[in-house]
This record gives sequence, structure tokens and C-alpha cells, in this order.
Amino acid sequence: MSIEAKQPYEKEYVEKFSAEHNEPEWMTGFRKQALESASTLEMPKPDKTNISKWNFTKFNLEAETQGLDSLKDLPDDIKVFVDTEKDDKNLVILRNQINAYETLSTELVDKGVIFTDMFTALKQYPELVQKYYMKDAVSFDEHRLTAMHAALMNGGVFVYVPKNVVVEEPLQAIFWQENPEFALFNHVIVVAEENSSLTYVENYISFNKDEETVANLVTEVIAHDNASISFGSVDNFAHGTTVYMNRRGIAYRDAKIEWALGQMNDGNTVSENVTHLIGDNSFSYAKAVSVGRGDQSQNFTAKIINYGKQSNGLILQHGVMKDSASAIFNGIGKIEHGGTKANAEQESRVLMLSKDARGDANPILLIDEDDVTAGHAASVGRVDPVQLYYLMSRGISQQEAERLIIHGFLAPVVNAIPIAAVKEQLTEVIERKVY
Amino acid sequence: MAGSTLEIKDLHVEIEGQEILKGVNLTIKGGEFHAIMGPNGTGKSTLASAIMGHPKYEVTSGSILLDGEDVLEMEVDERAKAGLFLAMQYPSEITGVTTSDFLRSSINAHREKGDEIPLMKFIKEMDSAMDYLEIDKNMAQRYLNAGFSGGEKKRNEILQLMMLKPEIGILDEIDSGLDIDALKVVAKGINKLRNENFGCLIITHYQRLLDYITPDFVHVMMQGRVVKSGGAELVERLEAEGYDWIKQELGIEEETVGNNA
Ligand SMILES: Nc1ncnc2c1ncn2[C@@H]1O[C@H](COP(=O)(O)OP(=O)(O)OP(=O)(O)O)[C@@H](O)[C@H]1O
Ligand SMILES: [Mg+2]
Repeated sequence: MSIEAKQPYEKEYVEKFSAEHNEPEWMTGFRKQALESASTLEMPKPDKTNISKWNFTKFNLEAETQGLDSLKDLPDDIKVFVDTEKDDKNLVILRNQINAYETLSTELVDKGVIFTDMFTALKQYPELVQKYYMKDAVSFDEHRLTAMHAALMNGGVFVYVPKNVVVEEPLQAIFWQENPEFALFNHVIVVAEENSSLTYVENYISFNKDEETVANLVTEVIAHDNASISFGSVDNFAHGTTVYMNRRGIAYRDAKIEWALGQMNDGNTVSENVTHLIGDNSFSYAKAVSVGRGDQSQNFTAKIINYGKQSNGLILQHGVMKDSASAIFNGIGKIEHGGTKANAEQESRVLMLSKDARGDANPILLIDEDDVTAGHAASVGRVDPVQLYYLMSRGISQQEAERLIIHGFLAPVVNAIPIAAVKEQLTEVIERKVY
Repeated sequence: MAGSTLEIKDLHVEIEGQEILKGVNLTIKGGEFHAIMGPNGTGKSTLASAIMGHPKYEVTSGSILLDGEDVLEMEVDERAKAGLFLAMQYPSEITGVTTSDFLRSSINAHREKGDEIPLMKFIKEMDSAMDYLEIDKNMAQRYLNAGFSGGEKKRNEILQLMMLKPEIGILDEIDSGLDIDALKVVAKGINKLRNENFGCLIITHYQRLLDYITPDFVHVMMQGRVVKSGGAELVERLEAEGYDWIKQELGIEEETVGNNA
């Protein structure tokens, strides 16, 4: 089925889709409710980026897909993200949103850890999913795109770590949009119960340079009291995919959420990463890097809202812009009334590699409490000629010197990516995008 | 004759439209150690920067030749590959790039493509140079000069000098900010390179460095020129008497560049 018109998401389609996946009743109802809202809700309005001409309506919801017998059958471009040497992997691969590969170590299974695709989770743990699905983090009716997401969700993963369980090995999900026009309405839920901890890394990847489609993605990350979540990603959609990415975190008392996001899409992208520091003494460090190239336009928002006393929210955004790409980097720290002794800091830096590129760094502090600390720094600039001179004075060519400086500029986030293979891939993606 | 020869002839250099060097003449041959002294603001760093090709300094006339090759025609990296090295008065800080990665890139830049230094060999060489300079091994994994103390930066410059083994080394105030032990270590590193193939230009304010590294020639800069040259004995006289006697000898009132109209 190809969808082009404005009101294409017939109720029948949603009902049929939901039935085919044997979804619980609440889910079917939820989809239908969201579908209804989608037609009346407004599109989101990201600050300073006009998305009215972006493609959010032309996409395909059906694709022929095979499973995956072995990781060896993965194309090389995807294989590189997987540490194939390691036996004890915790890995889920969705191929056109179909669960094509899934492994979780027996040790983790025994401890009650859940790591599976969303449809399986809906079948096996319907109540658990319902408890978190678009409840406290993202609401379906925020705007038309969240509503469309809720109506058309066609895959994702569900991660659940029970109380007191410490997951040492990272969990990795790969979302592979193989069909060039296939749309991803991917939904990720990561829940860490009290005193638990985990590391989760996801990769989005597609190769559709010219064929157009949409990725409408929602991620909800919940860290209960004293839990700790380290969340890494490499977003790597090709030029043809228009991306709406919404990653949201909720941290309760003494909880910790650390984000390391490699935002490397080649198409137009709106990406927001918002963390609510609900609990006292909760902590979040949101790190993101991006490279803009070609004619793409992107809007990145990193926002942390401090509710809890002594909560601490840190934002670091580094972007490199080349060709005629443009991007807005909003770094927003908000301290709510009652968040005494909270701390909010943002740093947004943009490195411009061409005169036609555009980059805007907007650090914003909104503070409704007296007894707090906060700070921000922003800069938009070119490669420092004196740094270049220093490197070149040792014989390093200009191109290599620029390469070192750019990698150095992006290093704080790249180095925070928790899986070695993914970190290497991010470095390579950066290399590819910059040169 | 061994080593390379760097010839500076009637060099005039401007920075942001203001002439700083007003006709510098100097020749450094392989095996020779030259010292340049002179009050603050007389153009010593300007000379060093112009030789290396700092983007802010514009050579308006004169020439710099390395073994007869026109240095001014070369890009900065080509100058380095031709055999020039400048230990900078204020080295840049580059976060995100480790000292070790930078050193390896520098060494490989001096080698042919496909003939990169094997990693183990590199690490061995770096370790032994770091030992020689009594540098904490952690520095290799720290970001280049970022948060380094003044003394650490200077040692790092000498580490690069030792590993790159240039034909001509120019050391701009390599001794400033060093405690006495660090000074000895740095001098030891420089002296290790001393041989008939290595020419060196040492810019300094103090005799104490030259107590460890005896120069063959000593030059004094004022007003953007070399106004006096001599042997090692000149250092002692400057240390004892300062610069006034030279100014009197030459009828100079204000030695800095801007005030000599
Ligand atoms: N951007 C600039 N614009 C104008 N004048 C400058 C600029 N940069 C440097 N100068 C001037 O050039 C002159 C020479 O500076 P230089 O750094 O070469 O001195 P120096 O002899 O190395 O001094 P020091 O011993 O203090 O290191 C100084 O008077 C300095 O103020
Ligand atoms: Mg100087």
C-alpha cells in the first residue's frame, strides 16, 4: 500500500494491522484514538526551522521482508555495527521493522531482563508495556506527528531491567530500513527499575538516497529510583528519509540518564531529546554530535528540566556543518520552582566548514527557582587557523590537520558511545560525512 | 659541509599592517647553535613565526632560503617536511586530539604513504623519548596541550623536536616557565640532538639556559633587527649589564618595534 493523500490512514488499515499483530485491545483502541487526533492536531513547530515543506506524508507502509538466518548475511554496511567476534551478544535487529534477529544472554533472561521487539512484548507483557507506552514520557496528542506515530507504530523494542539487576554487557538494537520507501514508526521503551543499571545502544540505518520516505520515532527512557541508564545511538538515515525523532527520559530519585547521540542522518531531521529530572538528586548528561552536509536542514533540541532538588542537568551539543547544510542547535535548561540547589548547564558549539553552511547555537536557561546554579556557553566558528598552523608546523597536511581538529571537536560525544564497534562506526560515519 | 643551511636575508614582516621586522639578516648552518636575545617586543617571536609561516604574519620583502630553496613559497607543512621545526612560545591547545595521535600523524607526515611507522615502533620511540624527558606517560593519552602546565607544554615541544629530528630547530623561549630541574631536562633533550647535521636557533631571555646549551653565536634583536652579534661571551655581558650599553652604542632610545619611528 502506498500512501500519498492527506487522510490516508484509514481506520480499517489500523484495525487490520493491529489484528494481524494480535495486539491487546487497549493498543487497538489507543491507535484508533490517536488516528482520530492526527487529523485535527497541528504539526510541531520547531524553533527557527520551517518544516512545512518537508515530506511527512509520502511513504510506504508495506515491504517484503525476510528474516535473517545468520549475522553473516547482513550487508557489510550493517555488519560493521555488530561485534561479530563476541558470542554473548544481546542484540535485536529489526529489518523493515520485522524482528529478524534476536539474542539475549541466558544469564540476563534468568535475571528477568526483557529485550525483545515491541510486538512480542505486547503479546507477552501487555500490562508492563501498557504501563509505560506513551504515558509519562511522550503523549500521543502533543502534535500531529506524535499522534501519527501512535496510530501507525510498526515496530520497536522493549527493554526492561528488573529491580536490583545490573546489566554489565550492553544491549544493542539495529533498526534497518531496508526498503527505500518503507516508513519507520519505531517505538523504543527502556525501563530500569529501582537500583538497576543498563547500557543500551541503537543504530538506525537506511540507504535510500533519492527515494523518499519518513521515519517517525519515539523513544521513552525511564529510570526509576537510583537506576542508571546509559543510552547511545548512531542515527544514520540516508538523504531520502525525513526524520522526526523524539527521545525522552524520565529520571526519578537518585537516578541517572546519560545520552550519547550521534546524529548523522543525511536527510531533513527534527530531533528532540528531552529529559525530566523528576526526582531529587537525579542526573542527566545529554551529549550529542551531528554533521550536516549537502542541502539538508536539521533542528536539534536538547532540553533538560529540573524538578528535583539538587538535580543536575548537563547538555553538550557539538555540530559540524558543511556544504549548504543548515542546522539549529537549541540547548535548553529549565529549573522548575522547588528545584532548590539544582544545576543546569549547556554548551552548544558549531564548527562551520563552508561559507554556505548555516549553524545556529541557542543556549537557553529558564529558571523559576532562586537557589540554583546554571551556566551556558555557545559558539559558532570556523576551524581555528592558529590550531591548523600548529598542526601543520609538524608536517601534517592541511586536510589531515582539519580532520584531526574535527574529530577532536566531536570526540567528547564519540568517546562516550558505550560499544566499541559502534564508536568506531560513528567515527567512520563522521569521516564519510565530512570528506 | 654537513646539514642544512637556513638563510634569512633582509626580512621585512608585517602583522596586521604594522611592520615588525625591518630587515633581518641571519644564516644558520647545520651544526651551529645560535642564540637570539633581546628585550620584550623586539620581534624575536615574529622572526620565528615568519620562518614557520604563521598565518598572521606577512612577509613584505626579503627572503628565507633553506639549502637554496625558497621557504616563503612553501606551505607550513612543506616547511616542516623540508626540515624546519619551531618549538612555539605559546603552543596551541587542541582538545579531542591526543598527544600520541598527534605525534604519530606528525611522524607519518614525514614518511611516504604506505610507509607509516609501525604502531609498536612508534610507541617504543615515544616511550623512550618521554623517559628521556622525564614526562609522565599519561601525557600521551591526554589531549594535546589541553590543560597542560606551562612546563608540560614546553617539554611536549621538545618531545616533538626529539621525535621529528629536524634539520633546523627554532626554539622560542623554550625555557620560560620552567623550574630548574625541568630546565636541565629540556637542555638535555636539546643537547642530545646536537651534532654536525643539526642547526638550532634558540630564542631566550636568560643566561641560565645557555649555561647548559652553549651557543656558537649570539645575536641581539632590537627594533625588528639584529643589532649586535657575537660569541657566547656576549651572553654574560648581557646578563651582567642588561641592554643599555647596546642601546647607547647604537643610539637607540626605545628598543621595541612600535616606538622607533
Ligand atoms: N596583532 C598585532 N598587531 C600589532 N602589533 C602586534 C601584533 N602582534 C604582535 N605585535 C607586536 O609586534 C612586536 C613584536 O612582537 P614579538 O612577539 O615578535 O616580540 P618578542 O621579541 O618575541 O617579545 P617577547 O620577548 O616578549 O616574547 C610587539 O611590539 C608586539 O606588540
Ligand atoms: Mg616572543
